[in-house]
Amino acid sequence: MIEQLRKDFPLLHTQVDEQTLCYFDSAATTQKPQSVIDAVNKFYQQENANVHRGAHTLSAAATTQYEAVRTKLADFLNVAAKEVVWTKGATDSLNLIAYGLSDKLNKEDIILISPLEHHANIVPWQQAAHRTGARIETLPISPQGILDLEASKQLIKTLQPKILSVCHASNALGNIHDVASLIDIASRCGTITVVDGAQSFLHLRPDLTALGCDFFVFSAHKALGPTGVGGLFGRYELLNDMPVYQTGGEMIERVSFSGTTFRDAPGKFEPGTPNISGVIGFGAALDYLNAIDDSALAHYEQCLYRYLVDALSDIGGVKIWGDIKQNIGVVSFTYKDEHHFDIATFLNTYGVAVRSGHHCTQPLMEHLSLSGTVRVSLAFYNSYQDIDTFIDALKDTIDMLEE
Amino acid sequence: MDITQIQNRLNSLSGWQAKYREIMMLGKKLPALPEALKTPDALVQGCESNVWLHLDLDENQERLVLIADSDTRIVKGLLAIILATYNNLLPHEAKEVDAYELFEEMGLIKHLSPSRGNGVKAIIERIKAQVNAFQ
Ligand SMILES: Cc1ncc(COP(=O)(O)O)c(C=O)c1O
Repeated sequence: MIEQLRKDFPLLHTQVDEQTLCYFDSAATTQKPQSVIDAVNKFYQQENANVHRGAHTLSAAATTQYEAVRTKLADFLNVAAKEVVWTKGATDSLNLIAYGLSDKLNKEDIILISPLEHHANIVPWQQAAHRTGARIETLPISPQGILDLEASKQLIKTLQPKILSVCHASNALGNIHDVASLIDIASRCGTITVVDGAQSFLHLRPDLTALGCDFFVFSAHKALGPTGVGGLFGRYELLNDMPVYQTGGEMIERVSFSGTTFRDAPGKFEPGTPNISGVIGFGAALDYLNAIDDSALAHYEQCLYRYLVDALSDIGGVKIWGDIKQNIGVVSFTYKDEHHFDIATFLNTYGVAVRSGHHCTQPLMEHLSLSGTVRVSLAFYNSYQDIDTFIDALKDTIDMLEE
Repeated sequence: MDITQIQNRLNSLSGWQAKYREIMMLGKKLPALPEALKTPDALVQGCESNVWLHLDLDENQERLVLIADSDTRIVKGLLAIILATYNNLLPHEAKEVDAYELFEEMGLIKHLSPSRGNGVKAIIERIKAQVNAFQ
């Protein structure tokens, strides 16, 4: 099955610097199947028109197609289409939510996040805290970087935060969080719950009704789709209750110089011409994902991950950070005191593409007393051969460093 | 090795693996900066990894003396090339040299990430500014 799927990703078969590419940076952005690339091209070649305006045929067809993807996404996440807002991506979504919920915050309030968050799920809350006087608190994690679930639940009960915002899976370490059980406790405390699903969307395909969260954010480009588009889910009453974030055309009901009225959500959060080709490309990504057996895929990813962890653990001096039991397929490691940049640079000369650095999680790195790690992030289109190539390249790199 | 020897050696190597390895070896030969000299004002702003650089004139107040260090081996290797370019020059000679161009000629810039390339630029700019201050 995987050999077949790999053929759908043209970039996996190209040469980079005269080397066959081993792509291990899917947590940053995934590669795109041909069907997504074709959908974007076809839109511009045959279907291009603006949406929600004009009575002409192309505009009507573009609008239908664009709105159909909203429904497709809502089905994928098991929510209602009117609860889905298109944005530029996870970062944009989190900014919109943090801004929109600010009206509910005052200086008595607590915003609870985890120390594993991406900067995109930290900084917008800090800004909201600045504006409102609310305080940010963090959930407890182990020295190894694993969320302490029981202590976290306890802390939620004690603090009774106004907002809880946590990632479903960590981008730096790959840890999967049992967000459902945190949400369960938080909801009973009247806390508004936000899940950063940037990393879980592809690997865990969450059912948001089952998770029970109030908000969920993601980026299309981390789930086979184009860059520059993403979205959020918001429980309708909460979503529609939020003030508008950016304003302009499209999102209004009526504009006059004596005042303007806005459309209901999701329209009121989508000012201006949206990323139409991006949404349509993402629709093709969802079709692609819907057409493959997700449990078989998840099983394959886990086998690949185990294989990688076992091979790395056999190399003396390598330390793997984070939770290796519950993981979406991300390995963050260090080798002795060697700098992550040197390792990543040498790996690159073997065609092995990994990420090195703090992964936009500086507070987490500080907690781990690290300047950064080398991160290998897997997707279902990686092969065992890719991992063998990586391990051989890493061994050569280590020999070179030790020379 | 002086800068011409380094250039010849790097040019003779084919493939990026070999070149990076050589660069790293150059870095290994560069003495480590004592911790006491890794001061905040020696840190070069605009580099992704830590780079410390000191530049002064020798005891006769004539020729340039540079010492530098980095926490990554490859950047330290790049520093070794920069130091070999400028060390022991008279300030007016140093003004005529552009190590960044030299890096470009050796094809090293296009193989660095844009942020590393900017880091190299920042180091060289800092050296130029200090050399100008001597005049
Ligand atoms: C967990 C997490 N949250 C948020 C983001 C931000 O996503 P984007 O840069 O697509 O807006 C990322 C991207 O790396 C992420 O991994």
